[in-house]
Amino acid sequence: MDNRIFDVTELNEHIKDLLDRDPILNGVYVRGELSNYKVYPSGHHYFTMKDQDGSLRCVMFKGSASKMRFKPENGMKIIAFGRIAVFPRDGAYQLYVNELTPDGVGDLYVAFEQLKEKLYKEGLFDERHKKPLPRFPKRIAVITSSAGAAVRDIIRVLGKRWPLSKVIILPVRVQGTEAPAEIVGAIKYANRCKVADLIITGRGGGSIEDLWAFNDERVARAIFDSDIPVISAVGHEPDVTIADFVADLRAATPSNAAELGVPDINDMREALLGMELRTGQALRRELKSLRQRLTDLQQKRVMLSPKNYIDDKRMLVDYTLGRLNAASQRKITGAREKYIRLAAALDAMSPLKVLGRGYAIARTSDGTVIKKASDIKSGDKIKVRLQKDEISATVD
Amino acid sequence: MDKLTFEQAIMRIDEIVKTLEKGDAPLEQSLSLFEEGTSLIKFCGKLLDSAEQKVVRLQKGPDGEPAETAFDITE
Repeated sequence: MDNRIFDVTELNEHIKDLLDRDPILNGVYVRGELSNYKVYPSGHHYFTMKDQDGSLRCVMFKGSASKMRFKPENGMKIIAFGRIAVFPRDGAYQLYVNELTPDGVGDLYVAFEQLKEKLYKEGLFDERHKKPLPRFPKRIAVITSSAGAAVRDIIRVLGKRWPLSKVIILPVRVQGTEAPAEIVGAIKYANRCKVADLIITGRGGGSIEDLWAFNDERVARAIFDSDIPVISAVGHEPDVTIADFVADLRAATPSNAAELGVPDINDMREALLGMELRTGQALRRELKSLRQRLTDLQQKRVMLSPKNYIDDKRMLVDYTLGRLNAASQRKITGAREKYIRLAAALDAMSPLKVLGRGYAIARTSDGTVIKKASDIKSGDKIKVRLQKDEISATVD
Repeated sequence: MDKLTFEQAIMRIDEIVKTLEKGDAPLEQSLSLFEEGTSLIKFCGKLLDSAEQKVVRLQKGPDGEPAETAFDITE
């Protein structure tokens, strides 16, 4: 045994250290009955949890307290979740409470967390499985109770924002043991008969037991399998159900679902006006630029005085023709002169002209031209051609 | 044009606006696009102005096919 003497503070610190290090005490569920419940001006809640043989002092700070879904009262059986903290100053310990829920639904919370974990692991909540919503849904299937505020709110907001959508109510029970099967049936039926291009499903606010149908695994899977995009609208903030995790889009309330599902008709009217202005402006711009081109062309010389332009061109044509004629004329004259010269030269060389100068052509009786004396012998008969006549002769 | 849905009309108007704003189409085409755009815009405007919300209740009919009945909102 340790005989060391502790200071009070030291001992309290030692106890604190021990308790701080214990993993169980750092996050523990405790069951008991509420008593001495008091809300301080600071907003923090102080109370005692007790059972037959024990009591435990508790505090729940303002932040955690605001998340409570019920009104705590003395005598209520509850389950608290929190951690043990030691106060050396008082020599006491307390439970810092993070969550407080009525006992009896504790099991429900556990089931909820377990299913959420399971479906998350399977990938049912993955972003990439979420389908885009149609921009202008033509038909919207609303799967909810036919009574109550939820369906009225949805119809009203849809009617105000986008009356072009046809609203198709598939009434179902939204709480009780038969609810999940009815909800699943409606979702499947809508898909099978292609009733709409958007589904809104959900219900108004309530306790965790009231909303329980939308935590049902069958409902989650039906939403996941739906080819038609689904908006879930269960309860109010901060209610979150498994259906909200699986849906293609989560709405905080039924009215919010209608807001998210369709555009606003006034926004669309403005958009149309904007488009009208833009087309007008674009066309005006184009016409203006074409007009400018036309004006530029009109300024050019050819357009200002076409007659002058043509006259100029005409003169050019005449001038060119003249030169052409002159050139061809010269060529012809030159050619003729050459021809005359050649003809004259040819003429001069003509044998007929030679004969005119006194020369004669002598031929034998068979017509062969006599070129030398040896071509003939004496006594031969020959013919002699003069310029105009022909004489016969005998060689000496 | 009656068979055109609002969505189809809006998409076509969007195309037309983009083409006109690019400004490189020949004049005849621009003029005809402008006409088409203007009449589509009128069409959409009429759809919006004349729209009346229709609400029905759907139940499975005797033959299994969906059967629509009026939905009474004052329940």
